[in-house]
Amino acid sequence: MAIFINEHTPVLVQGFTGRIGTFHAQEMIDYGTNVVGGVTPGKGGTTHLGRPVFNTMKGAVEETGAQASIVFVPPPFAADAIMEAADAGIRYCTCITDGIPAQDMIRVKRYMRRYKKESRMVLTGPNCAGTISPGKAMLGIMPGHIYLPGRIGIVGRSGTLGYEAASQMKALGIGVSTSVGIGGDPINGSSFRDVFEHFENDPETDAVLMIGEIGGPQEAEAGAWARDNMKKPVVAYIAGLSAPKGRRMGHAGAIVSAFGESAAEKVEILKAAGVIIAPTPAEMGSTIAKVLGGMRKVA
Amino acid sequence: MDIHEYQAKELLSKFGVSIPRGGLAYSPEQATYRASEIGGTRWVVKAQIHSGARGKAGGIKVCRDDGEVWDAADQLLGKRLVTVQTGPQGKLVSRLYIEEASDIDKEFYLSYVMDRASERIVVVASAAGGMDIEEIAHSQPETIIRVTVDPAVGMQAFQAREVAFGLGVEPDLVSKLERTILGAYRAFRDLDATMVEINPLVVTKNKSIVALDAKMSFDENALFRRPQISELRDKSQEDARETYASDRGLSYVGLDGDIGCVVNGAGLAMATLDMIKLAGGEPANFLDIGGGASPERVAKSFRAVLKDKNVKALLVNVFAGINRCDWVAKGVVDAVRELDIKMPVVVRLAGTNVEEGRKIIDESGLTVISADSLGEAAEKAVAAVRAINAKAA
Repeated sequence: MAIFINEHTPVLVQGFTGRIGTFHAQEMIDYGTNVVGGVTPGKGGTTHLGRPVFNTMKGAVEETGAQASIVFVPPPFAADAIMEAADAGIRYCTCITDGIPAQDMIRVKRYMRRYKKESRMVLTGPNCAGTISPGKAMLGIMPGHIYLPGRIGIVGRSGTLGYEAASQMKALGIGVSTSVGIGGDPINGSSFRDVFEHFENDPETDAVLMIGEIGGPQEAEAGAWARDNMKKPVVAYIAGLSAPKGRRMGHAGAIVSAFGESAAEKVEILKAAGVIIAPTPAEMGSTIAKVLGGMRKVA
Repeated sequence: MDIHEYQAKELLSKFGVSIPRGGLAYSPEQATYRASEIGGTRWVVKAQIHSGARGKAGGIKVCRDDGEVWDAADQLLGKRLVTVQTGPQGKLVSRLYIEEASDIDKEFYLSYVMDRASERIVVVASAAGGMDIEEIAHSQPETIIRVTVDPAVGMQAFQAREVAFGLGVEPDLVSKLERTILGAYRAFRDLDATMVEINPLVVTKNKSIVALDAKMSFDENALFRRPQISELRDKSQEDARETYASDRGLSYVGLDGDIGCVVNGAGLAMATLDMIKLAGGEPANFLDIGGGASPERVAKSFRAVLKDKNVKALLVNVFAGINRCDWVAKGVVDAVRELDIKMPVVVRLAGTNVEEGRKIIDESGLTVISADSLGEAAEKAVAAVRAINAKAA
């Protein structure tokens, strides 16, 4: 059943009628995603791409029964859009928007705590490429054709490095159950550990590839969680071996500011937790292939 | 975005943090004028550069008369000050801050950070002021006080009191210290800072509490709503290559090697640098051209990378999703022609329409080398630089 989204999940597009929202909504529809409508405040009652437009998320969810949403709203208003989705009862939301102030994300995370864990929306991103369950549904801006449907879960901070992994795997005939972008910002909706939990519980995922990078505590935290809780093998690549300390490498979150945040330190921590390391970014696919080979032998 | 000490102090003082009397000077004459304006018998002349550890590098001088102030200013202005944080090229001193000297009784460390683990603002304080926090964490970890702020209600007075009592000040100073701690927190929150550090925060002999040094950094994603902070940017303190690129909307970090990199996506860009290192080469830069790898952006990126005169070869690595490879390839070929690039250019394209893209590269008649994979691209770029170095030797 993959995680977060499948071919049946009814999806709303937030920032539906804007240039970027329109372009990617059409791509998602073409991929087969069940887009049931969108929200652009002030344009409610009109039709866009053959789907209804609503003024508010609450109205849109009531009318369409949508369970997931994707946010293309510009940075100054994106945090508000995420909170609106959470309040409207959306179950899964991915935010593509890059450039949301960190304090807005702190507020979003705090706001979401008002809902009980079991009824709380799952947010991934912001500043990510979205999520795809290949062959089923795409909730993002990735090129859908580079993903082969299959049984490996991918979770990563970077969009294009995730594409790199998916295409290396496709070249080796290895498919993906779901690929989840958690984004390059310091404060994000879901951590690696959060997504690991979903993959561990997904009967259609056999192993997980984590694509991490320098900065922050999330890779190490996920490693410790995997060691204690996961039966499925985890492969990881950590980008930024050559990154100097104290310099931000593109992503707002990709900066080494404390001990344990450099790529080399993260690799050591993950190895100690039993995670299998892809030594170079060119070997993400082949490392997965090796792990799968080993699993078949055991089986 | 970083700002100068004097700017941070000005901002903090608006939020109720006391600072010593002081003024800015651009010349020795102005420095002595500022000293007489401030009055007193001892002054501190402080080089304004975006770096800590200025004292150890000779950037902070205590002076006892006009002549000493003049000499200190004369020595510092126009100098490139090298600290442990600036790298060997140092940073240019073009502004001085002249301040009254304080009679220090006690020194504290006080900072505010965006804590990624708790996803909240965290206040860190220690009675071991004057040292940097890594030093304190190493030598006196038991003195570190941490308070996490709930963003729903903001920092509360009791939390500031916990810090104040934790620092061990006399009871009659607690309310003063509480005001300082809450004021700096409000500055952090209201100005979208990512870091505020007051080190040292001092208790003077006449029982006032003042910020002797202050550092602030700001969230670049929030500058759209903080125009007064954007205005404080001092480009002379930044790497010239990085300023050029960021003014053109490119995310660039200058490094010390000779292979110039043009990549789309921050993660893929970091991974490309890793591959160059593993292949035995040294990258000259990190550069993320962003989502839309349009021909114009490719040309802009080439210009930015070529500002660095150490670059001997270029590596272009684009994973074209929405942007087709043939479009990106055309952009690369046009840019190489337009900029008349003679050095080796290794191009690796992947994604949509990759065959058409490669065909455009291979048939361009230019010195462009195409590569199929990330590994091959790095190896070819490193080999190209080796060949150039062998020729030169």
